[in-house]
Amino acid sequence: MRILIGLLVSGIISPAQVTFDRILHAEREPGNWLTYSGNYSSHRFSPLDQINPQNIKNLRPLWVYQFDALDKAETTPLVVDGVMYLTESPSNVIALDTRTGRTLWAFRRVVPKDVRVCCGQVNRGVAILDDLVFVGTVDAHLIALDAKTGSLRWDSTVADYRTGHAITAAPLAVKDKVVVGMAGGEFGVRGFLDAYEAKTGKRLWRFWTVPVEGEPVSETWGGKGWKNGAATTWVTGSYDPDLNIVYWGTGNPGPDWNGDVRPGDNLYSDCLVALDADTGKLKWHFQFTPHDVWDFDSAEIPVLVDAGFRERQRKLVLFANRNTFYYVLDRQNGQFLHARAYAKQTWATQVDDRGRPVPAAGAQPTETGVKVYPHSAGGTNWFSPSYSPKTHLFYVAARESGNVVYKGEADYRPGAEYNGGGLRNIPAEPGWGAIRALEPTSGELRWEYRLYSPPWAGVVSTAGGLVFGGCDEGYFFSLDAVNGKPLWRFQTGGKIIANPISYLGDGKQRVAIAAGHSIYVFGIEE
Amino acid sequence: MWQEQLPTEIAARNPHTSAADVQSGKRLFASNCAVCHGPEGAGGRGANLARPTLRRAADDRGLFFVIRQGLPGTEMPPAWWVLNEHEIWQVAAYVRSLGRVTVERIAGDVRAGADLFRTEGCMACHQVGFEGGRLGPPLTDIGSRRGAAYLRAKVIEPAASLPEEFLQVQIITRDGKHISGIRLNEDNYSIQVRDLTDQLHSFWKDDLKSLDRQPGRSPMPSYRDRLAGRQLDDVVAYLVSLRSDR
Repeated sequence: MRILIGLLVSGIISPAQVTFDRILHAEREPGNWLTYSGNYSSHRFSPLDQINPQNIKNLRPLWVYQFDALDKAETTPLVVDGVMYLTESPSNVIALDTRTGRTLWAFRRVVPKDVRVCCGQVNRGVAILDDLVFVGTVDAHLIALDAKTGSLRWDSTVADYRTGHAITAAPLAVKDKVVVGMAGGEFGVRGFLDAYEAKTGKRLWRFWTVPVEGEPVSETWGGKGWKNGAATTWVTGSYDPDLNIVYWGTGNPGPDWNGDVRPGDNLYSDCLVALDADTGKLKWHFQFTPHDVWDFDSAEIPVLVDAGFRERQRKLVLFANRNTFYYVLDRQNGQFLHARAYAKQTWATQVDDRGRPVPAAGAQPTETGVKVYPHSAGGTNWFSPSYSPKTHLFYVAARESGNVVYKGEADYRPGAEYNGGGLRNIPAEPGWGAIRALEPTSGELRWEYRLYSPPWAGVVSTAGGLVFGGCDEGYFFSLDAVNGKPLWRFQTGGKIIANPISYLGDGKQRVAIAAGHSIYVFGIEE
Repeated sequence: MWQEQLPTEIAARNPHTSAADVQSGKRLFASNCAVCHGPEGAGGRGANLARPTLRRAADDRGLFFVIRQGLPGTEMPPAWWVLNEHEIWQVAAYVRSLGRVTVERIAGDVRAGADLFRTEGCMACHQVGFEGGRLGPPLTDIGSRRGAAYLRAKVIEPAASLPEEFLQVQIITRDGKHISGIRLNEDNYSIQVRDLTDQLHSFWKDDLKSLDRQPGRSPMPSYRDRLAGRQLDDVVAYLVSLRSDR
């Protein structure tokens, strides 16, 4: 700590090499934020405790950085030794001095005019390893930049953007590799997860989330359905170094709302897949929503926690799924342990003791539409939950809303949307939301803090006993991590569609969040 | 299809508006647009298009370009790689048909209705053109959006169906003030209200003793007993005549 402050006073910003070992032990340097979810277990927990329920009333914005782009700002910044790396639409990377908020370098990528993304030209952040910064682009490239200068080191084509492939997720740097997921679930692509050699950009492995005819589990696609089966990988996964397993959620099967062309369970859509980090070989999978017709992507964050479960210490993976069920799995073998709804749902009567949902009668989309809860946007979505090892609670931004889903025609045309239906909002039912604290092994609600609208922002918890979150109406707020009491808020002036982080600037705790078209950094200054 | 070709010249008015074009447009809308805008264009993740005037497209040519080029900085993607020029016009024709009421021939005298609209106090709350109050929804183009039967029912029973964003609220503050009005905005912590005398209010919810949301209620009185049968016809005829497309 002393060394870092010394450097800053002398005015030298010196981002050191971010070795794999540093990311592995991210908790040893709480002043930095080295990987998308804070650590490989995806806790999105900051061990910093300078800001606490007693002094948070003094928390103020210190600086704001405004993006060039008007698109949604979904970025999670990384912070390394005084430099903040963040992304802006469409696929730009900006390095800022964390003291002043001033730009050190910017990498602006010109993307083709006809990139195909379902939901805006967004990017959720970078990965960093050694002296390289990695970003996926909306035209489906993975590129590496020099961390000091922002100059391009390599550029690898992941897929053809003209068929609807895109990258919006932050990559995950593991060992000497960069693991990157892809998007395009509304364009009938065939999903995969890739790993590239960090130094060269050479592809090392690819795991196809949808099998080719004749391969294992291809029978779950009833004929030709696999060809446009989607099951994309558009949210960053987690990593267990002891098991050497990468955990990654997969998206909806294509077409989203019309399952007629894909009879069967549609593996590995809506799954959590556990892959060998070295080879990309499947170790196990767990499917949350077999034969999904509601767009229940399982593109959420797998949270790795070791805890006692039924009198036995276990390696768990906790997963608040878009389908409104909270799951507890054994992450060594994928064994289903427990599920419990954390938001209103009407699509399943229950999750059985093997973890398979029992679909409710009358919840399947029809030509005229049926009312179902949750909304296809889910009980939660890509934005991150948090696990605090201090409070032993799992925090999730929950959405309470329904919709009318309907089935439509599903004609595949390369590069065109392939939805097979869609949804209508329910008039006079705008929905609402909540930050919910769940007991991690049972999913029981410990407290909730209600939100006016269904949220699109994730949460971070801190050792200071705080949870930070954001809402559609622009408030960035903080709650007491123990009981959910509101402690502090700030009106940012723009919708918050991002995840917060915490780090040290000038040796003092900071909290950062993207809101509207800006990044805000907060701190307590005497 | 994957090379963007700029159309040579785009007509100011949609050249493809036949019933068959609208039908084709409907089909194209269902597979390309409905996922965000809803199957009838009533909105969802995308904007509500079932209205006579569109925020982003002042005219046919504007609508053509919004569909073709998309709206940068939003989630609206360009359609030129999926739809050709003719198809874009067909979608535009369908979009224009949404929420648009065809001109009806009805009983009643428009000019007499306009006089009644003034003398009966409607202008206190409703804006027509550059005149009128702001408490109720503006009626400048109501005839394009609503048919005669609907408008007649509204005049008789105002609360029967209210615009989705329209909400009457009753507020009592901790220091005992009572405010009744229309909600302008609301969030977790605050609410903004226009009261019945057009005063603007903004409250932190912590400062309120009670906040009563009253969906299905309207401050507008019923005109069932205030307008004789003939007069009601006249007012409805006037409302029907308020169109944006003439």
